[in-house]
Amino acid sequence: MTIQEVEQGRLRSPFYPRQAEIDRLNNWHEWKGYSSADGFYDTTLEYFSIRNSTGVFDLTPMTKYRITGPDALDYLNRLVTRDMRKIKPGRVAYAVWCDDQGQVIDDGTIFHLSEGDYRLCSQERHMSWLTMSAIGMDVSIVDETEEICALAVQGPTSFSILQAMGIKGIEKLRPFGLAHFDFQGSGIMISRTGFTGDLGYEVWLSPDQALDLWDALFEAGKIYGIMAIGTEALEQSRIEAGFIAAYVDFLPADVTVRSGRSRSPLELGLDWLVDFKKPNFNGRRALAEEKRKGSTWQLVKLDIEGNKPAHHSYVYANPKSKKEVGFITSAVWSPVCKQNIALGTVRSPHGKVGDKLYVEVYYQREMHWSRVMAEAIVVDKPFWDPPRKRATPPGPF
Amino acid sequence: MSERYDAIVVGAGHNGLVCASLLAKAGKKVLVLEANSQVGGAAVTRTFADGYSVSSVAHLLYQLQPQVRKDLGLNIEMTASDMPTVALSTDGKHVRISGDEVSGVNAHDVAGYKNFCTRMNRFADLLKTFLNKTPPRLAKDASRSDLLTLAQLGLDIRRLGKVEMQEFLRLIGMNIRDEVVERFDSEILRGAISLDAVMGTHLGPRSPNTILTYLYRLAATHGAIDQPSGGMSAVSEALAHSARDNGATIRTNMKVRRIVVENGRAAGVETESGEKFSSWLVVSNADPKTTIMELVKPKNVETGFTHRIHHMRMRGNAAKLHLALDGLPAIKGVDKREFAGRFIIAPGDDYVERAFNHAKYGETSAKPVFEIVFPSFRDSSLAPTGKHVLSAIVQYVPYELRANWNKKSRSAFEKLAIATLAEYMPDLKERITATELLTPVDIEEQFHIHGGHWHHGELTLDQFLFTRPVGGAAQYAMPLDGLYLCGAGSHPGGGISGAAGRNAARAILKSGYAL
Repeated sequence: MTIQEVEQGRLRSPFYPRQAEIDRLNNWHEWKGYSSADGFYDTTLEYFSIRNSTGVFDLTPMTKYRITGPDALDYLNRLVTRDMRKIKPGRVAYAVWCDDQGQVIDDGTIFHLSEGDYRLCSQERHMSWLTMSAIGMDVSIVDETEEICALAVQGPTSFSILQAMGIKGIEKLRPFGLAHFDFQGSGIMISRTGFTGDLGYEVWLSPDQALDLWDALFEAGKIYGIMAIGTEALEQSRIEAGFIAAYVDFLPADVTVRSGRSRSPLELGLDWLVDFKKPNFNGRRALAEEKRKGSTWQLVKLDIEGNKPAHHSYVYANPKSKKEVGFITSAVWSPVCKQNIALGTVRSPHGKVGDKLYVEVYYQREMHWSRVMAEAIVVDKPFWDPPRKRATPPGPF
Repeated sequence: MSERYDAIVVGAGHNGLVCASLLAKAGKKVLVLEANSQVGGAAVTRTFADGYSVSSVAHLLYQLQPQVRKDLGLNIEMTASDMPTVALSTDGKHVRISGDEVSGVNAHDVAGYKNFCTRMNRFADLLKTFLNKTPPRLAKDASRSDLLTLAQLGLDIRRLGKVEMQEFLRLIGMNIRDEVVERFDSEILRGAISLDAVMGTHLGPRSPNTILTYLYRLAATHGAIDQPSGGMSAVSEALAHSARDNGATIRTNMKVRRIVVENGRAAGVETESGEKFSSWLVVSNADPKTTIMELVKPKNVETGFTHRIHHMRMRGNAAKLHLALDGLPAIKGVDKREFAGRFIIAPGDDYVERAFNHAKYGETSAKPVFEIVFPSFRDSSLAPTGKHVLSAIVQYVPYELRANWNKKSRSAFEKLAIATLAEYMPDLKERITATELLTPVDIEEQFHIHGGHWHHGELTLDQFLFTRPVGGAAQYAMPLDGLYLCGAGSHPGGGISGAAGRNAARAILKSGYAL
């Protein structure tokens, strides 16, 4: 095959024809073999659509594995740290999975589509680990990333838009619920999930429905301020929601080379996902040991003074200290919270809720660099957590 | 309510019996469950034809660790000891080996063999120390005693002296063929040493680390071969008596279907017949794959561990051939007295390597290699008066035969094996009154060893010491609370040695297991 014969080096989403029409920036990046837009119009504008109306993000490149078979539940229950027996059909579980050493490989969502029929979604690809985990189990794992496309419809008006689109029964969908709906005579699945920490949905469909759905969605959303968004706007909102991202806030354990560069779920603040009552899961023994001995690292949410985002900053326990106790992994000025916020990793025992830490922020003004030691408080709750996220039915607009 | 024990040993193989006996001796209430009707696992004597009995798998004793004999006060009667070896040649110019002496070769080889034995035995002694110890942990959680054991290993190697240390480090990963070709002129002698290095393995003389396997063979009694009276069951019965005397209960015809796992720990076993026995300590004498993949089930252990166990190399390559004979066959140039010894057919290192070539591609050897004994020659209990048994280990006979094992392929191989023997024993065919061929598939089925591999896993550097059966599980305790391994799949490995069983018992008792 010659280079000329390869039409595209990257896959395009089935929504691409519509995205190409609205794209003003031509800023795209690669996401697991797909082209994914950084933005279409302007990051700030797109960000405000998430918080004030509705932003639509193309989730198609999200890796999707269909997991079925007689051992599907046993399989998933060993794979992830939380108890999957509690996740009934029609429910979605945010979950994290570890290696035998209790180090996080990735996080993702598991959709219990119907009895014994699951879909696992993650940012990264994991076929090798999933296949390895299937040794000796009667389970089938199929990568259906290309067979399913998806849009995240996120923001305060998202419920009204779906209702206006004629999705009957959407008002009954609770957070982390999923249901199948009729769309123009064929089925789509909608889950009340998302990566923005706000009211929002994710719509899952087959690629041949993609353009019709896009058109219907944007037509219904016209008066509700609907806007297509890219990764940059989403990134701001996920930090506000306090969600972690692979390769940003942690490295998947299967790609780290140096000892101590991977993280356990306890270190990532995901202890609520680790169910020690479950007799066995990957990493259980190591995590029980870590719980007994104490973790090395602690992921923290920081509320930082001032308005200079603390990108890549070192974190200190006191402003005069020469030895840092950690570093910032995600930082942003949050317009909606009016706060300078960040996610970071600090060495235990630092990082307890209420701890006062110092973040070394460098910023540039007319070429000259300045440095401040900004005070930072470790906070517990997500920075952005509106009640409408939980309300069922959500309020109309 | 099922009966509760301090420890349940799954399988009454020789290691299981050693372990059970030592645990019982320490005052534990021990139950041993054996699937077969006889104790001993692959160390048994069975009747294979009317009036004819034979050691079914292992037929010679040379690896039983002196420490095991001592700890259990074993006294096993032998019908033959320090058996000499006759390495056969079709032209009748055989090579005879006894201890460090060899005849039928030139003066250079005679002197060379003596030197070779001295050096190999010295290295084997070094190895022996470590075969009788739990391998030290190398991870962050290594204890003081782990570090001491490791330091001793280093020190023992250093103590060999500079020249010998360098020689040891050079040889340990090397293949036997390069060494014998460098040292010896005699093809027959080269072949004989090569065969001892590759017996029971999926390795040829040119495969890496076949010097390690050779040293492993020497690391108990410097390779001195004995034949227990009444066959290998004599060893197993002695071990079973020891276990019973110490208070252990042994039940045969009790095949364990699963190891019961409750709340993430071993809690007992369930047999095929549905009987349940409770214990917070289950010690498996079964091989690692059978133990984890079949008895425990992958869902009860972690992915990485399951993966490593699943990929352990353990596909058997050795078959047993038993012939009932109405009289001793004639062997050109062999005196009748010599039938008390061991014969081998491996005339040349290249002969052995060529035999192995086929096995790499799922075929049986066109010209197999043999280790042959006539146990009835000294032991009249094994055959009717005046009649004899030929017992042979035949290689290479792959577990995964490309043409599949069936009646046709079995009988074709049996015919080939007998025809090869007949090249050395011209009147053999007319003396045969009954035969038994146990391929690795038969060994798997009859002795419950995955892949029919006697060593419960290939004995190679990557499955040795710190990484036997797999990394992170080399200290007998499996990554499931209450589950231990005590068979050949754990350190140090196969052979009728008892070291794994003894080390496992000591590891269990040292762990202060809450019994």
